[in-house]
Amino acid sequence: MNDKTDIWQGTLALMVLKTIESMGPLHGYGIARRIEQTSGNLLSLNYGTLYPALLKLEQEGCIASEWGVSENNRKAKFYKLTRTGRRQLAKEARDWQQATAILARFLSPSGDAA
Amino acid sequence: MKRFRAWLVRLAGLRPGGRRDRELTDEIEANLQMHIDDNLRSGMPPEQARRHAILKLGGVEPTKEAYRDRGTIPFLENLMRDTRFAIRHLRKNPGFACTAVLVLGVGMSASVAIFAFVDATLIKPLPYRNPAGLVGLFETVQFCPRCPLSYPDYLDWKKLNKVFTAVDAFEGNGLTLRTDSGAEVVGGALVTAGFFKTLGVAPVLGRDFRAGEDSPAAPRTVILSYAAWQKRYAGNAAALGQTVTLNGDPSVIIGVLPQDFHFAATGPAEFWTALHTTSNSCYPQRGCHSLHGLARLRDGVSVQTADANIKLIAGELEKEYPSNRGQGGSVISFTELEVGRIRPILIVLLCGSGLLLLIASVNVTSLVLVRAESRRREMAVRSALGGSRARLAGQFVTEAVVLVAASATLGLVSAKWLMRLLIGLIGADQMAAMPFLYGLSLNLRVLAFAAAISVAAAAVLSIAPAWRSFLPDLRKGLAEGSRGSAGTTWRRFGANLVVLELATAVVLLVGAGLLGKSFYRLLHVDMGMQPDHLATLRIAEPDATRGNNAKVVALAREMISRTASLPGVQSVGISTTLPVHGGNTMWIRVLGHAFHGEHNEVGYREVSSGYFTTLHAKLLRGRYFTEADDASKPPVVIIDRALAEKYFPGENPVGMQMAYSGATSPPMQVVGIVEDIKEGALDETTWPTLYVAFNQDPDDHFSLIVRASNGEQALLPTLAAAIRRIDPGIATFDPRTMRGIIDNTPAAYLHRCSAWLVGGFAFLALLLGTAGLYGVIAYSVSTRTREIGVRMALGAQRGTVYRLILKEAGWLIASGIAIGLGCSVAAATLLRDLLFGVRSADPEILMGVAVVLGVAALLASYIPARRAASVNPVDALRAE
Repeated sequence: MNDKTDIWQGTLALMVLKTIESMGPLHGYGIARRIEQTSGNLLSLNYGTLYPALLKLEQEGCIASEWGVSENNRKAKFYKLTRTGRRQLAKEARDWQQATAILARFLSPSGDAA
Repeated sequence: MKRFRAWLVRLAGLRPGGRRDRELTDEIEANLQMHIDDNLRSGMPPEQARRHAILKLGGVEPTKEAYRDRGTIPFLENLMRDTRFAIRHLRKNPGFACTAVLVLGVGMSASVAIFAFVDATLIKPLPYRNPAGLVGLFETVQFCPRCPLSYPDYLDWKKLNKVFTAVDAFEGNGLTLRTDSGAEVVGGALVTAGFFKTLGVAPVLGRDFRAGEDSPAAPRTVILSYAAWQKRYAGNAAALGQTVTLNGDPSVIIGVLPQDFHFAATGPAEFWTALHTTSNSCYPQRGCHSLHGLARLRDGVSVQTADANIKLIAGELEKEYPSNRGQGGSVISFTELEVGRIRPILIVLLCGSGLLLLIASVNVTSLVLVRAESRRREMAVRSALGGSRARLAGQFVTEAVVLVAASATLGLVSAKWLMRLLIGLIGADQMAAMPFLYGLSLNLRVLAFAAAISVAAAAVLSIAPAWRSFLPDLRKGLAEGSRGSAGTTWRRFGANLVVLELATAVVLLVGAGLLGKSFYRLLHVDMGMQPDHLATLRIAEPDATRGNNAKVVALAREMISRTASLPGVQSVGISTTLPVHGGNTMWIRVLGHAFHGEHNEVGYREVSSGYFTTLHAKLLRGRYFTEADDASKPPVVIIDRALAEKYFPGENPVGMQMAYSGATSPPMQVVGIVEDIKEGALDETTWPTLYVAFNQDPDDHFSLIVRASNGEQALLPTLAAAIRRIDPGIATFDPRTMRGIIDNTPAAYLHRCSAWLVGGFAFLALLLGTAGLYGVIAYSVSTRTREIGVRMALGAQRGTVYRLILKEAGWLIASGIAIGLGCSVAAATLLRDLLFGVRSADPEILMGVAVVLGVAALLASYIPARRAASVNPVDALRAE
């Protein structure tokens, strides 16, 4: 089995939102690195796929972008969460937790099997 | 909502401009640098640091592309690029673009305008509740399949039928309205109390007639049409409850009909009164037929079932009452009654405009094909550079769509114009007979039709060149001089198109020829009189003289003498009904002939002594009426040739006696025979007609007929003024010239409309067909310039070159005409019902069309042939 897992379809947006929420305004590279770190380097992210995802979130009004200067003095585009994005994150997180909780019940060995 | 917002942003992204692209490049670059910095910090050598970062990114260009696709909508972006290219392309070829748009636009506008008429007439439902359940009731006698009912028969049908939920009767009639200044004849209708309920129409103001309001004892009530309410009461609700005097009876206004209500069968009636059995002395008689029946079918009962039931009842009544002898009944769908007459014409016109659109599309298709031919190299280059076939075909589709969109816009705008023009041509009289045409508009159905033909046209225009460009291997297009072979292929294909165009033009020309000829025949039908220089005016005598024969006659004589003394008047006559109007009928018997109660039905008119001389009729035998034939003398009659031949075969009728079939009728002596006069419709055979002396049997409604030495139109107002000077209580209406009357009869009018419209289509078709032929021949000449040059260099004479080109054209023309003539003989059978006095395969017309089209086509091909013959061989060989 691969030791690094690909991102599941549809979860990248949630990870991006959560990352920006916990880290504050962040540039694309930072977001990508952070996602990999948070996953304990279990996820392998193709950084290029991040840009269309960011654009989509921006089009949907979940995040906003502006140019700024990075920690080591490079000009970079920073993304921050909007109010819509915060609401979207809360909702998706809730949905996701619910989904995993349900799945966990099915998979847990101590389930009351008939 | 979020998704919608994203789509909007993406749509906005379609805006051309590279700002977003540049920003992305900067962003990726910045992030890449940060990644490289990190890699360097973790100890990688610079080369590897960069390589690793780019690998991790997944490549700069693919990233940008994925981003761009998300940024806009890729399909739309391609489409816009193609559209921009197509528009630029068309703008660079204004000649081609204008011709194509104009030709296609004309074809579309004709089709859309005609379809709007079809929609208003045949598709849009009549403004009644469930119009499909409404039927008209008629009595039938030999030669008259749709005759009015008698009031007693109406009551019996209403009582005995098992198929209707309601049966009502109505009659359209002029009513004399007393006004402040005297009297005015207004359009009116008499209807039984349930009439509007049966139609499913409720007044917008006031109330409907109540049950029993049509009984003899009930007070007189009247409902106004919306137009009358607006015109006479300025739309004031206070009109309700007011009293108007109609035909001498005071009637209370109880309601106003809706604005969109119309009812063709009564004409444009302003006053709708309840029909009382006492309103007309005719109503109580079973032999007097003046009413139209209207009924609503029970649920699930078909028109056929109802028809069978009514025929059964009519059969029983026939056995019971001698007056009903030979009388059947008939039930006809009401929609059929209203629009049945113009349906065949509309269908012919729709077919005609469809053929015109076909020619136009074919014409533009061949233009597009020629252009596609000259763009083979462009397509080959694009294909070689990696343009997919779908993408290249997409270019043709886009260009076709742009062309069609422009044409459709032009077509819709001009269709609106055309519709207004046609309505103007129809005239007020005919609009009154076809009130459903007031609903004519570019509504959703018409727009949908326009969209459908646009899609079809776009399909034709894009499929042909797209398909053509894939036939031979595209790469051949790159090879120099390959135009020759491609040219041949196209020439064969284009030639087929031209044959199709010419054949269609032939069909339209033949149709126009047949309709034109039958219109001519109709106008030149033997009238038995000279209709020029006749002015007519309808008269209703005042209430004071009504019912008093002596007074009616005296007033009529006064009117005749006053009119005769007007300047420019040669002679004056009166008749109860004007020529070409049809009119009343009577049952007659010839005294001295065996008679068993048969219904010998003949047309019937009360005419003055001056009637025949004023019309310039032709006396065959005996004499005309004189002023001496009055109430003091035994009754005399004049008969026409048709009556003489039918009821006096082999006898001299003059001096013989006849009578009406009723037992009490006095004998009447025949004093003269006239040549048949067109008393009925122009396109019908003349009905035997009996003329009664007006002074012996007068009527308080009649028409004045005045022969003027000149300027009969100008005489009309003078005439009305002179009559009203005698007594302002005399109502005069409908001042018209006899020519005007004839031109406005439904027969003449419908023939004229169809002849002119199909003629117009045919003319355009001829123009387009010959233009198409010119195009093909000219293209053929241009691709064969070198060949012709070689031939001439080898000694071919100009004559030979002419022959070469004209032979090619001649083949196309001959096959176009031959196929067209074959098709038109088949198509003309569809026209059969519309033709008058012309056979559907009229050899004169067929020959004429062949000659006209042949000459026009040869002229069109002569021009390129001349150009070919004047080719300078040296130049031709040097070219290319």
